[in-house]
Amino acid sequence: MDYLLTEEQIMIRDLARQIAEEKIVPVRAELDETGTFPHDIMKTLAQSDLFGLFIPEEYGGLGKGCLELAIAVEELSRACLGVSTTYAANALGTYPLLLFGSDEQKKRYLPDIAAGKKLVAFGLTEANAGSDAGGIQTTARLEGNEYVINGTKQWITNGGEAGIYTIIGITDRSKGPRGASAFVVEKGTPGFSFGKKENKMGIRASATTELIFDNCRVPKENIIGKEGMGFVVAMKTLDNSRTGVGSQGVGVAQGAFEEAVKFARQRVQFGHPVITFQAVQHMLADMGTSIEAARALVYAVSRFIDAGAKDVSKESAMAKVFATDVAMRVTTDAVQVMGGSGYMKEYPVEKMMRDAKILQIYEGTNQIQRNVIGQALIKEAAKANK
Amino acid sequence: MKIVVCVKQVPDTAEVRINPETNTLIRDGVESIINPYDMHAIEAGLQIREKTGGKVTVLTMGPPQAENALREAISMGVDDAVLLTDRSFAGSDTWATAYALSKAIEHLGADVILCGKQAIDGDTAQVGPEIAEFLDIPHIAYIRKIEDVKEGRIVVQRLMDEGYDLMESSLPVLLTVVRELNVPRMPSLKGKMAAKKAGIKKLTAADIGAEESKLGLRGSPTQVRNIFAPEAKRDRKIIDGTNEEIIDALVKELTGLKCL
Repeated sequence: MDYLLTEEQIMIRDLARQIAEEKIVPVRAELDETGTFPHDIMKTLAQSDLFGLFIPEEYGGLGKGCLELAIAVEELSRACLGVSTTYAANALGTYPLLLFGSDEQKKRYLPDIAAGKKLVAFGLTEANAGSDAGGIQTTARLEGNEYVINGTKQWITNGGEAGIYTIIGITDRSKGPRGASAFVVEKGTPGFSFGKKENKMGIRASATTELIFDNCRVPKENIIGKEGMGFVVAMKTLDNSRTGVGSQGVGVAQGAFEEAVKFARQRVQFGHPVITFQAVQHMLADMGTSIEAARALVYAVSRFIDAGAKDVSKESAMAKVFATDVAMRVTTDAVQVMGGSGYMKEYPVEKMMRDAKILQIYEGTNQIQRNVIGQALIKEAAKANK
Repeated sequence: MKIVVCVKQVPDTAEVRINPETNTLIRDGVESIINPYDMHAIEAGLQIREKTGGKVTVLTMGPPQAENALREAISMGVDDAVLLTDRSFAGSDTWATAYALSKAIEHLGADVILCGKQAIDGDTAQVGPEIAEFLDIPHIAYIRKIEDVKEGRIVVQRLMDEGYDLMESSLPVLLTVVRELNVPRMPSLKGKMAAKKAGIKKLTAADIGAEESKLGLRGSPTQVRNIFAPEAKRDRKIIDGTNEEIIDALVKELTGLKCL
């Protein structure tokens, strides 16, 4: 379907697709098999200006919005979710600085991020704080002109690979949710190290590690926003990044769908290509329809955000939950359409199915997204009945 | 450093079809791309610029549509693009093409001129070296590595059947390059946006002071009768040993072949 993209948006899509097809598709199976971080691909993305897509022009970026980022993420995801997770997590980690960073922080960090010289990681999750972000144990204590950070972040995408980390820690436990604050910590800061690299079911090209803070001292100026704003920073960041996860869902579903259609045209059973059978056609029809619906929602919410909407929690949660549920269903059905072949590593759909699962889990599980949507519905209804 | 990269727009297919009546290429319905070897020449130009500073100009001779190839080169990061286009160029063979390109390069000025080793449609590998002859400057073909380049000097590796030759040349020089030289970069978004807006400089035969009689069909000494891939059957023998042994064996071989 034609989404009436601008000439520039089409340019971004074509470039991301060219990189995906020429640089990612040929190596994705090996990256998956060996769990290798895609350094060369990140370099190509940097040279192609794709890291600067959503960074303002004054900091060396292209000043584009959520929709352009969604388009690029979708194309990369169509080839490999492990690579696109690395790319999208970089945006996730950058949003705290973009949305709440001081001029000094922006000047210091954004140009390197835009140029792809430094990757970024976002550190919120901990062993006892996933869906319940209130369980954060990591502390940041002010001592003179420095914050002393202690604690361990878990399952952090780009851990060890990123040069810049935006993390959430507790500055005043007595204040509850208002006692959390966001900080930027650079790799190499004494007291900051990385735990083991996780061995994952999917998105195996992406790096996932613990972040370990042991009396890690950062200058007072490294706080993002003000003390006590940590949860606001985290929630607004996730509001903006969720559409990116939705576009990952659209991309991986599209990739699996295309493989299934191609295969169904070639595979002959009972003397006919299997695509001529209604049972297969109906599966493909549902897959194609749900992908189009997911894409339409992700693009619509992205445009809504880019238009400057103030509260986008509900809409971005809808885009994330719908598109990633579609991704899980479509990749699973792609394996089904391709039968035994789909289950084998000779074809990319088994990887896509394994990869897709994380989309329903990370950046807020789809159950938590439904909570967000539900709470918004309650609020809206209460307002309407006032 | 002034770097000029010559590129050719070719049909995007490994199997170019030939019109049997006219013995010319059938271009209808085939999408055009930059000749793949020329992509390596563009990359080499950009890498030299990154090292020495200066300017990379991409030059092509062709019909107005060839502008697309030039815009693609701009999206990769070249500074300037020049389209050599004139009705009088139509029907040029490699000699007439090289003459026109050499006049354009004289007009533009260049320290290093880069070409792909050959075009995938014509496969002659003649135009690069011919340009150098017209300009009366040295050329080195089949470059697989540029070891060093600085004001007035360049050191390169020339790919040979067995190994390579290490060669040094004064500037200006013309190099033709092979795939082993580098991996051409992807276009960048900023490059693509610049390419869309970029003005393409157009030069005619009159602009470059080319003599009409040396251009187009009239200026082309070649007449194509048939095109085919020649069978490669060169006998080779590698002689190993100490210098004395090699000399003895060589004399024996050459005597056997009645060359001595």
